[in-house]
Amino acid sequence: MPTITINGQTLHCPPQTSVLDILLNAGIAISYACKKGTCHSCLLKSLDIAPPPGSQTGLKDTQKAQGYFLACQCRPDENMVVQVPSHQDIYVDVAIAGKKMLNSQILELTLGFEQPFDFKAGQFVNLQRGDGLTRSYSIANPPRPDNTIQLHIRRLAGGKFSNWLHNEAQIGEKISVSKPQGTCYYLPDRPQQSLLMVATGSGLAPLAGILTDALAQGHTGPAYLFHGSREAEGLYLVEAMRELAAAYPNVNYFPCISGGTENPQYCSGRANDIAIATLSNLKNWRVYICGHPEMVSQFKKQAFLKGASLADIYTDPFLLSPS
Amino acid sequence: MSESLYDRIGGEAAVSAAVETFYRKVLEDYRINRFFDGKDMETQLAKQKAFFTMAFGGPNNYTGKDMREAHAHLVKMGLDDSHFDAVMEHLGATMQELNVPNELIAEAAAIAEGARHDVLGK
Ligand SMILES: Cc1cc2nc3c(=O)[nH]c(=O)nc-3n(C[C@H](O)[C@H](O)[C@H](O)COP(=O)(O)OP(=O)(O)OC[C@H]3O[C@@H](n4cnc5c(N)ncnc54)[C@H](O)[C@@H]3O)c2cc1C
Ligand code: HEM
Ligand code: FES
Repeated sequence: MPTITINGQTLHCPPQTSVLDILLNAGIAISYACKKGTCHSCLLKSLDIAPPPGSQTGLKDTQKAQGYFLACQCRPDENMVVQVPSHQDIYVDVAIAGKKMLNSQILELTLGFEQPFDFKAGQFVNLQRGDGLTRSYSIANPPRPDNTIQLHIRRLAGGKFSNWLHNEAQIGEKISVSKPQGTCYYLPDRPQQSLLMVATGSGLAPLAGILTDALAQGHTGPAYLFHGSREAEGLYLVEAMRELAAAYPNVNYFPCISGGTENPQYCSGRANDIAIATLSNLKNWRVYICGHPEMVSQFKKQAFLKGASLADIYTDPFLLSPS
Repeated sequence: MSESLYDRIGGEAAVSAAVETFYRKVLEDYRINRFFDGKDMETQLAKQKAFFTMAFGGPNNYTGKDMREAHAHLVKMGLDDSHFDAVMEHLGATMQELNVPNELIAEAAAIAEGARHDVLGK
C-alpha cells in the first residue's frame, strides 16, 4: 500500500480513497468545499513525485509544473510527500465592506480588496472563515475601480456558512478569499453571438455579472436571461434587470416562478422549461447555466438537444458541500 | 498505400462534426437512451468520439476484448441486436446529414458491423 507523508507524519493510502479523505480521517485539518475537483480549495503540493495526472485536471500549467494537485481527486499509487501550501499563497484577507438584503433570503455581500484583484464576472471565489470552514460563491460584478466584489449569499436552513454570513459576520471583519476560479464567464471573441443565461435562486449572481460584463464589452448579439424561483419572493434584482432590458434592445429578461401561483408580472413555470419553449434553436449560441445542480444538468441536456454545442455550454452547479 | 477511410472521410474534424449530431440522435431515441443517460455528458461525448474513430477505421487502441469489457455492463442491462441496429441506424443517418458519400457510409457501417459480436458479448 502506498503512503503519503505530510508534516513528518506518514499515512497509508487504502485503494480508491482520496488523499483528502485519508487526511481528514487522520484528523489533519485541510480545507475543502466540493470534493468534486471544482472548487480547488483542497490544493496540496507534492514535494517529490509528479502527482497522478487526474489530480491536476483544471489546474493552471504553472501550478501543475510546481507540483500542485487537488487532494480530493488524488488516489496515489506511489509514495508521496506533500505539503499544505501556505495560507498567503492561496488566500488574501479582505474586509467585509457592505451587507444588504436583496430579498428575504439573499444577502448581497460586498468585499473590499486593498490591492487590485484580477477576476472575471461569473467566476467564483472560495471564502474561508477563521476556523477553516470553506465555501464557494460567485462574483456578481465585473472589476471596478474601487476593487470591490459583490456576492449573493442565499441563506440555507441549517447552513453553516450562509447563516454565519447573514447573522454574525460584521462589516469591517476580515475574511479569507481565494483567487478566482472557474470558467463560467463572458468571452469577448464573438460579440454578435446569441447568449442564453438560465439561473435559479442565487445562480443569478454569476449571470447578472456576465450580462453586465458582456454589455460593458460591447456585446451586440441577443442576450436572453431566464431567472427562476418557486415564488415571486425568491426572485431578486427584478427591477434592475427590467431596467437593463429596457436600456438595451438586445437584452431579454424573463423572471419565472414555478410554484403554481399565477402572477401577470412573471412567467409561470420553471426557468429552464420556459427558456426551451421560448427559443426554437440554439445552434451556435453560447449558453450559461448556474444554480440548482439538478436544474443545471437537466438544462444542459435540453440546451444540447436544442442544438447548442457542448463546448459552448458553461455551467456552475451550486453543489452543496458533502458533510 | 491507399488512404484509410478515416482520412478520406475527413479525419478528426469529421469525427468532431459527427459526434454531437449522433449523440443528439441517441439521447432522443427512447429505444436506447437509457444506456447513455445519467452520466457526465462530456465523458459520454468523448466515448462516442472513440466510437466514431473506430467506425471510420481511424487510430485507436481498442481490441475486441476491450469492446467486450466496455459494453459488458450494458449487456447486463439487456443490450441486444435491436439496440445495436438502432445505433447503426443513427450512424448512417448522421453521416448522411453530413453529406458523406454513400460508398464511404457503407464502408464505415461494415467496420461497425464487425464489432457486433464483441459489443453484444457473444
Ligand atoms: C461553484 C459554486 C458556486 C457557488 N456560488 C454560490 C453563490 O453565488 N451564492 C450562493 O448562495 N451559493 C453558492 N454556492 C453554494 C455555496 O458554496 C454553499 O454550498 C451554500 O452557501 C451552503 O453552504 P452552508 O455552509 O450555508 O450550508 P451547509 O452547512 O454546507 O449545508 C447546506 C444545507 O444542506 C444540508 N446538507 C448538507 N449536506 C447535505 C447532504 N450531503 N445531503 C443533504 N443535505 C445536506 C444542510 O443540513 C443544510 O441544510 C456555490 C457553490 C459552488 C460549488
Ligand atoms: C457499433 C459498434 C460499436 C462500437 C464500435 C462501439 C464502440 C465503443 C467505444 C470505443 C466505447 C468507449 C469505450 C471506453 O473507452 O470506455 C464505447 C462505449 C460505450 N458504448 Fe459502444 N460501441 C458500439 C455499439 C454500442 C451500442 C449498440 C450501444 C448501446 C445501445 C453502445 C453503448 C455504449 C455506451 C453506453 C458506452 C459508454 C460505456 C461507459 O460509460 O462505460 N455501444 N463504445
Ligand atoms: S476541488 Fe477538492 S474539495 Fe473542491
